[in-house]
Amino acid sequence: MQITLLSFFKQIDLYLFYLTLAIYCIGTINFLIYLIKPRPLFSHLAFYITIIGFVFHSIIFIFRYVTYACFPVTDLPQSLFFFAWCFVGVFIIFNFKHKIPVLGSFVTPLATVFLISSATLFTQKPVQIPPPLRSIWLPIHTTLAFLGETFFGFAFCGGIMYLIQENQIKNKKWSHFLHRLPSLQTLDDLNYLCLSFGFFFLTLGIITGSIWAEFAWGSYWSWDPKETWSLVTWLIYAALLHGRLTIGWRGRQAAFFLIIGFGVVLFTFLGVNLLLPGLHSYESFTSP
Amino acid sequence: MNIIVAGLSHKTASIEIREKLSFSSHNLYAPLQKIVNLPTLYEAIILSTCNRVEIVCTADGSEKVIREIKIFLADFHKLSLKEITPHLYFYTGQNAIRHVFRVASSLDSMIVGEPQILGQLKAAYRSAVENKTTGSILNRFLHKAFSVAKRVRTETGIASSAVSISFAAVELARKIFDNLEDKKILLIGAGEMAELLTRHLVSYMVKELYITNRTFEHALPLANEFGGKVLKFDEFFDNLARMDIIISSADARDIIITYEKIAEALRARKNKPIFLIDTAVPRNIDPRINDLPNVYLYNIDDLDGIVEKNRQVREKEAKHAEAIVEEEQMRFYVWLQQQEVTPTIITLKEKIESIRLKEIEKTFSHWEGLREEDKEKINALTQAIVNKILHSPINFLKTKGEKNRFPIEEIKKIFNLNDKEDV
Repeated sequence: MQITLLSFFKQIDLYLFYLTLAIYCIGTINFLIYLIKPRPLFSHLAFYITIIGFVFHSIIFIFRYVTYACFPVTDLPQSLFFFAWCFVGVFIIFNFKHKIPVLGSFVTPLATVFLISSATLFTQKPVQIPPPLRSIWLPIHTTLAFLGETFFGFAFCGGIMYLIQENQIKNKKWSHFLHRLPSLQTLDDLNYLCLSFGFFFLTLGIITGSIWAEFAWGSYWSWDPKETWSLVTWLIYAALLHGRLTIGWRGRQAAFFLIIGFGVVLFTFLGVNLLLPGLHSYESFTSP
Repeated sequence: MNIIVAGLSHKTASIEIREKLSFSSHNLYAPLQKIVNLPTLYEAIILSTCNRVEIVCTADGSEKVIREIKIFLADFHKLSLKEITPHLYFYTGQNAIRHVFRVASSLDSMIVGEPQILGQLKAAYRSAVENKTTGSILNRFLHKAFSVAKRVRTETGIASSAVSISFAAVELARKIFDNLEDKKILLIGAGEMAELLTRHLVSYMVKELYITNRTFEHALPLANEFGGKVLKFDEFFDNLARMDIIISSADARDIIITYEKIAEALRARKNKPIFLIDTAVPRNIDPRINDLPNVYLYNIDDLDGIVEKNRQVREKEAKHAEAIVEEEQMRFYVWLQQQEVTPTIITLKEKIESIRLKEIEKTFSHWEGLREEDKEKINALTQAIVNKILHSPINFLKTKGEKNRFPIEEIKKIFNLNDKEDV
């Protein structure tokens, strides 16, 4: 009975997942059309479609929470799923507040890619995490860390947009993109904002993580690859923030840095899990 | 009911003629009243801008109305009919609807896609509303025109880019700084192009303007006009780091702003961007400074290049806009026809019903000993007959009348609905 119910839930989960993915794909296509065609209408369309996708995305997330009776970030596909959710969620809030719909043309493809990779890794069996790790720190630590990474992801998109826009203005290469992309000032402000928020959340993520580690494993810091690389990420962004505040590190250099920084973020998130074994690799939850 | 547009624009008349026939937008009361007092007209709006003068009105028929408007225009401006007739155009029905939608969407403008015309049309409409010369048809028509213009703006790229050099410069400045309100402009020299650019930038809320000139006195008139401050020529380098936008048009044989000066200024302002426009020939600004990070240097040819590119985009988008206008025009025309169907049906019903009631009254009055229940039966019988007879003409009106005026006119003639006397 239990097993059939679980497989039934999984079936629903799967259908909802593909529905969400399909909606995001349509939203992404609209955002890309908006990027290349001078028609503002597509941005409204794309944005509303993305919101609908996000609603389904959230439903699945709650659904999984209930099904597994645990904050569903305990394996790589689910983490990617949650990462994509943070991406879209933050973008929706961002667009309501700052009205930069073209950001969607960069953010939604990324979120869709995360979701697709979450699906291709789906074959793995979900790992049941042991009771000692089931604490309130799991949602707090993961949410903060993912929020930090989400903002760095936005800064990455902002960096790319800045480089494109700056290149157009500098070299007088006139295309429709010039009208589509926001002003350099707006992009620079956006990058700074995302950098600050990302840094703030990453810091909190690292702090809560070490508190949790103390509770669970009896040690604040144990230099496992995830911890080490988080620190590397933190240092990179700290340096950038410092450079910006003291010697006016802005514009192109800052944008380059943000793009490289996000590469390190992705490595910390994915590379460490897939390549380097350690405490954070999901398979090793059972034997810390 | 017909919508009629009468007017002239930059396409049919020279500026001299347009000036002679223009209306003061502050005082439209007198001309509007005169128009709506013409015997065949109901509602009217006057749109008078530097590029066009148009009267949009609703009226019965068209030829007579056009003649009356022509005479009105000539009389009002004290010109002869012969003088004005060759410059006037008239649109009726669907053509009139299309024309107003095109004007509102800036498809008929001198610079296609320029945004001012919509504001001017809105102001013209407002003043007609204030003078109470609009009614249900024109109210709906103009609101529709505004929404069509909005649709064209959001669904096409027609208004997405600047098509004049000064607009392109402003657009560029806004693509660099976003908000120009708190930016500082430095104008070097007093060339015509530089003055034009400055005028545009100042109209975009730039508040701090500095002007410098080798001959101090030459800077004064410009400073007075724009409310700027004059800097002595040998002092302006000290202030270079504070300037966000620098426009140069000095009549000099040599380069005034060197690479080193800008590099120095950039360090002092912590890499905050600088936008420079060199309008002088030969150039005043070292072209190499464009290689510095966060420095953007443009000359007139560069700006010209943008304008040309934008113009091509607009032309392509205008075709899409025309399709939208056509679609909306059809939709509004159908609505307009419906407006006539309903009143015609009502008049028709009222007329037949009043005949029925009159005849019943007559019959009952000299039919003695008729019981109440019988009266009711006769009433019901007559009502049934009337309904049966009316069924097909009403149906005919509803199905055919929406697309075509003809059935409405026919029904009106057959039942003699225009003349109330013989009821």
